Amino acid sequence: MKIKILFFGISSDLVGLSNLDFEVDKALTVKKLKILLNKKYVHLKNLDVYAIAVNENYAIDDLVLKENDEVAIIPPVSGG
Amino acid sequence: MKRISIKITSEKLDLEECYRFVTDNSCGGISAFIGVVRNDTQGKKVTQLDFSSYKPMAIKEMQKIAMLALDKFDIQKIAIHHAEGMLQVGAIPVIITASAKHRKAAFLACEFAIDSLKETVPIWKKEYFSDGEVWVNAHP
Repeated sequence: MKIKILFFGISSDLVGLSNLDFEVDKALTVKKLKILLNKKYVHLKNLDVYAIAVNENYAIDDLVLKENDEVAIIPPVSGG
Repeated sequence: MKRISIKITSEKLDLEECYRFVTDNSCGGISAFIGVVRNDTQGKKVTQLDFSSYKPMAIKEMQKIAMLALDKFDIQKIAIHHAEGMLQVGAIPVIITASAKHRKAAFLACEFAIDSLKETVPIWKKEYFSDGEVWVNAHP
């Protein structure tokens, strides 16, 4: 299935992209997606920690992704 | 009656607008927090800051914070406005105002809102120095 990935802040600089369409297996969890992304974009591993949002909400590792989900890579925020 | 005003904009933030939004005849106090671009970070001279956001989610998260603040504190109205784009030293990236019958709740709501914003709202800043730039809070 196809999902959309958005990169923000330093993650966008590390992978050199702001977004991409990503083909993944059905019923992939957020946790497994992180492993896939860290493999595909080795520089992401340089980030100690990042959160994932799915369809504009923070997601837990066990969340199961669905076709056409919008997944955002959220490095540590620094607004204000 | 609208009790929450949320905004992310590339325009200059307007303190008067945030103040006016929260005014209410039932309120005896209005508190404001104004974030300002500082000229140094740990002894290094900052020239400017670039703010970017995941705007639709950032607005949702700011809305959640405002709703929580209305719930937790005895305030009447709250405004949370954030700027994006390149800001120079002295410019204003964030304004929070809250009105309350009594001052204490307004002070507490502003503090709660800025502390929460810094933890959960997907906004990022890049600091520019004379010799380079760095994403704040990220540790690659």
